[in-house]
Amino acid sequence: MISLSHYIVLGAVLFCIAVAGLFINRKNVIVLLMSIELMLLAVNTNFVAFSRFLGDVSGQVFVFFILTVAAAEAAIGLAILVLLFRNRSTINIADIDSMKG
Amino acid sequence: MPNFNDILILLPEFYLVAAACLLLLLDAFMKPEQRASLHWLSILVLLVAIYLVIAGQPDFTATAFGGMFVRDRIAEILKVFALGTTAMVMVYARPYLIDRQLLKGEFYTLMIFAVIGIMLLVSAGNLVTVYLGLELLSLSSYALVALNRDSGLSTEAAIKYFVLGALASGMLLYGMSMVYGASGMGGVPSLALSHLHDVMSYTTAPKLLVFGLIFMVVGIGFKLGAAPFHMWIPDVYQGASTPVTTFIASGSKLAAFGMAYRLLEGGMGDLSPHWQMMLAVLAVASLAIGNLVAIVQTNLKRMLAYSTISHMGYLLLGLAAASPEGYAAAMFYAICYSLMSVAAFGVILALARSGFECEEIADLKGLNQKSPWMAFLMLLAMFSLAGVPPLFGFWAKALVLEAAIHAGMLWLAIVGVVFAIIGLYYYLHVIKVMYFDKPAEGSLLQAKPDVPLRVVLSLNALSLLGLGLYWGPLLSWCRTAFGL
Repeated sequence: MISLSHYIVLGAVLFCIAVAGLFINRKNVIVLLMSIELMLLAVNTNFVAFSRFLGDVSGQVFVFFILTVAAAEAAIGLAILVLLFRNRSTINIADIDSMKG
Repeated sequence: MPNFNDILILLPEFYLVAAACLLLLLDAFMKPEQRASLHWLSILVLLVAIYLVIAGQPDFTATAFGGMFVRDRIAEILKVFALGTTAMVMVYARPYLIDRQLLKGEFYTLMIFAVIGIMLLVSAGNLVTVYLGLELLSLSSYALVALNRDSGLSTEAAIKYFVLGALASGMLLYGMSMVYGASGMGGVPSLALSHLHDVMSYTTAPKLLVFGLIFMVVGIGFKLGAAPFHMWIPDVYQGASTPVTTFIASGSKLAAFGMAYRLLEGGMGDLSPHWQMMLAVLAVASLAIGNLVAIVQTNLKRMLAYSTISHMGYLLLGLAAASPEGYAAAMFYAICYSLMSVAAFGVILALARSGFECEEIADLKGLNQKSPWMAFLMLLAMFSLAGVPPLFGFWAKALVLEAAIHAGMLWLAIVGVVFAIIGLYYYLHVIKVMYFDKPAEGSLLQAKPDVPLRVVLSLNALSLLGLGLYWGPLLSWCRTAFGL
């Protein structure tokens, strides 16, 4: 029988992978966007699990909003990425360092 | 079931959404030479919204849509100042945008959508509303930062802002999911902030609740720009075009205060012993990093970015007091900071011209000889930011320090005073450069002849002096909002 804590651990693992992807990754901005999506999905797993096991529907409603906003967020992120590539001809994170201090 | 009364409570927001969509349509169908009228229309839209917020304010705390939306005095004050500073940003931005061929409808509609996000955020009565308001503000801000599409710096700032902003939202959401779960252990799970307020008293999973709280504080710290979550602030301030920076430094700070208040006091009030210490640590780190790193900056916008970080430290002093007095002082501080930063960036906008951003501190050399009035306005803004009496910034600082002392955190107040004195250095440096250095050879310094810009900017900077001498009414307005 899969219990609530299994889902919470799954959510925590997904969240940690996402945060690690954001901090360890030094190559590609697209991987950052993937990590951000994964982070939101980890949150969704949590909400759905709590909602299901505690018998309250509002958590699942929140998930719909998060999914919608995540789509808008991805659209804006990719648009900025296209601009970045046009201006810099690179999406390598190590090269995006013209501002320091 | 939503009824007519609910819609009436949200009237300013509904009106702004309709107006923003209408402006977007107008922009699409207008001839290019008529586009300039969009500027005045947008400012009119914001002024009417201020009227709707004040005129429709009920005497009691009104809630709409089952408590999702709260319309109280706190929200009223924050909304009035967010709308007002945004209208000021639009006035200051016009000549700058014309010089750089950036005067497009997108700027105005995105600004208005960002303001709608602020208004939802400061009125949030539910975790869903907090998230949606925050994302509406953030997504509009990301797009605004990238508005100058051909600038490498702008797009770099935008991608950094986007990635770190999304990380912050993710942290905040993860915290929210934990708090939601904890509220369901031993009680009815709920996303309503009023319900979450006393969750600590009955939950059977207090550790889960505190775990969630930590993530939420991290998210709030990111959005405020408090150290150690401040990494995005300097790059975004420097990379974004100056009008957008001005908006992020003013309206967004009011929103960040509103969010912190709604989530921490509104939703997690029972946990205040836990988050008081976290906020105190964030405050000390922000004061130290902001004030010390600002000293070595040569770029004016970057220096003001670090100055923002230190000011967020002072704002956190008020919040960390966790008393109505502290919240009133913090709100007073947020209002004060937004007016000061709009004035400081306004002078930069008034001096910038095509091919000359006026971004370096050295660019201001000899401003007093070239344009004494602009130098005087910048002097007022800098003295106010530094907290020199009798200017507005002094009273705001004094009040948050007083609130911290009353809350029994004398050490925090002492740290605040020490860093205020250290911070004096870099503000005085700007004044020294303006008044005592000779203008550089072939200096381009000259204030724009744009009349609305000069009038509003003068009133804005003089209000720092006026409110510094006569700050009672504004403070009592803030204090009554918190029931004092």
